[in-house]
Amino acid sequence: MNRIAKTFNTLKTENKTALVSYITAGDPNPDVTVPLLHALAEAGSDVIELGVPFSDPMADGPVIQLACERALAHHVRLTDVIEMVRRFREKDQITPIILMGYLNPIEIMGYETFAKKASAAGVDGVLTVDMPPEEAEGVLPIYAENGLDPIFLVSPESTVERFKIISEHSKGFIYYVSLKGVTGVKAIDTVAVAEKMNELRQYTDLPIGVGFGINDAETAKAVAQVANAVVIGSAIVRRVEANQHDTHKLLTEVSDFLQGIRRAIDSI
Amino acid sequence: MTNQQARLSNIPDMPDEKGHFGIHGGRFIAETLMAPVEELRQAYDKMKTDPAFLAELAQDFADYVGRPSPIYLASRWSEQVGGANIYLKREDLNHTGAHKINNTIGQALLAKRMGKTRIIAETGAGQHGVASATVAARLGFECIVYMGEDDVKRQALNVYRMRLLGATVVPVTSGSKTLKDAMNEAMRDWVSNVDNTFYIIGTVAGPHPYPAMVRDFQSIIGREAKTQMLDKTGRLPDALVACVGGGSNAIGLFHPFIHDAGVAMYGVEGGGRGLETGQHAAPLCAGKPGVLHGNRTYLMEDEDGQIIETHSISAGLDYPGVGPEHAWLKDIGRANYVAINDDEALKAFHTLTKVEGIMPALESSHALAYAEKLAKELGKGKNILVNLSGRGDKDIHTVAELEGIQV
Repeated sequence: MNRIAKTFNTLKTENKTALVSYITAGDPNPDVTVPLLHALAEAGSDVIELGVPFSDPMADGPVIQLACERALAHHVRLTDVIEMVRRFREKDQITPIILMGYLNPIEIMGYETFAKKASAAGVDGVLTVDMPPEEAEGVLPIYAENGLDPIFLVSPESTVERFKIISEHSKGFIYYVSLKGVTGVKAIDTVAVAEKMNELRQYTDLPIGVGFGINDAETAKAVAQVANAVVIGSAIVRRVEANQHDTHKLLTEVSDFLQGIRRAIDSI
Repeated sequence: MTNQQARLSNIPDMPDEKGHFGIHGGRFIAETLMAPVEELRQAYDKMKTDPAFLAELAQDFADYVGRPSPIYLASRWSEQVGGANIYLKREDLNHTGAHKINNTIGQALLAKRMGKTRIIAETGAGQHGVASATVAARLGFECIVYMGEDDVKRQALNVYRMRLLGATVVPVTSGSKTLKDAMNEAMRDWVSNVDNTFYIIGTVAGPHPYPAMVRDFQSIIGREAKTQMLDKTGRLPDALVACVGGGSNAIGLFHPFIHDAGVAMYGVEGGGRGLETGQHAAPLCAGKPGVLHGNRTYLMEDEDGQIIETHSISAGLDYPGVGPEHAWLKDIGRANYVAINDDEALKAFHTLTKVEGIMPALESSHALAYAEKLAKELGKGKNILVNLSGRGDKDIHTVAELEGIQV
């Protein structure tokens, strides 16, 4: 059993909801990333999504676009991101890491090379925003051989047919995008999310995480009541941006924020 | 049947049902875009054989765009070059001054039938933005045009033109602040406003069905040209030449000729300051396959897969990708792709203006410059057809500035 499955199993026995935290690798500079990963884990993150910077992040709002630009200004490459995971694993063997990003950097490295390197460094899953299951046939067997879980998105507009295809191809968990639009822009409608969760559960046994638009403890708590995981991304990256010139303050503010989210999630 | 004829008749119809052109094309998009893209595919599949839709489109092509566009034998220029006869397909004479309107009319009619009330578009030079704002004005749609901040400054005249037509021009400040970033921003708008919004992509790129749909609307160019060349010369042309940015005018001309033996095809990319300098916009000549904006195709990218900035004198060619059908035509060897540098294009701009009294767009000037080389190579008695995809009025400021003249 890999780290993702183990984590969700443990949480299930403890009757807890997972906290999934996202940061962009190399933002605001490459030296901050490994300490920040440890801070995320220590503040109560059960799973970490590590964003691979890309020049054209089409599905992301302004917050994560700017994070990508800050990282790319330091020429952070996919190889560097994998190396950051390897260094994180020197001290943390438990917290699952999912690489989140766009297909082109992976395609250029080559699926086989990427999967081997990522797996050896301690990556557990891959979420490629612009690779739906229909275009993933070539890469999925390679991920499977290397023990990498493919994570796919589901949107409020996904039909039942699509959801079946997506859940068939998914491992680890399924990521439900809680609103129409891009990351981090609007607030989510928790009632609508609850309804959708009930519908989706008819078709999958995998845990379902909910993300896009969860900005505060109150919303996180409401989402935690219906989902298996609460995903926080832009709200963290905003704090990274605000403290980009003061690493100590950056780590403290992100930790404080996540501890608040953790308490809210655990209070249900 | 000759070998060549046999080979050509075996070229399959593309794309396949998933939108692939060989290894290119497809649908590389976030799940959040899947529903609107699929809604579009279903609507387009229905409309493309619907007699009422096609009749409305044909009527608009005739009465609003001014089609068919003529074919003109540039005899004085051909004589000066001293080789093959060079014919021009006069897309510059269309309403709004370029081929772009063929596509925006088609997509806007589709939007109307789908019940959408708001259209969005991306634009680089502003020609597609103007063509979109034009059809939006005519059909009473709200229109938002995304345009890189740098392009907004470079193309002030077209920005004003769009605003006169009632469109809102949104300057895009992310990334390299050019066409590719405008396209990212339009996708973000679309995914946030899927219920009432139709995204008119301006070229033969993007997720399936865009490359096929835009090609179908632009293929009117090649269909007309075929008949016109037969009428004028009694045979098909020996070679077709068109500039390739995203590649919509080129595919529009090439597509109806794909199975015709003896018709060579040349797509001309923006060679910028020269391929060897790296400062160009020629992914087919000097890029490699990758995934961007919803499709796999040749891209300008660095060794880590980040998309790199392009350079061309012509804003309309300044795009790091290219339509997947061109990528496939290159792979199977059906079309040839070459590059023409900024200075060669500029020279052709002046030549056609002075010798024929036709001022071509800087995009089309790349095709003209290559046609001149090809005409010498093919020699007398051969016929070359160049797609004169747009008129050059929009480029007067660029040309003047390069020559240090204040207009």
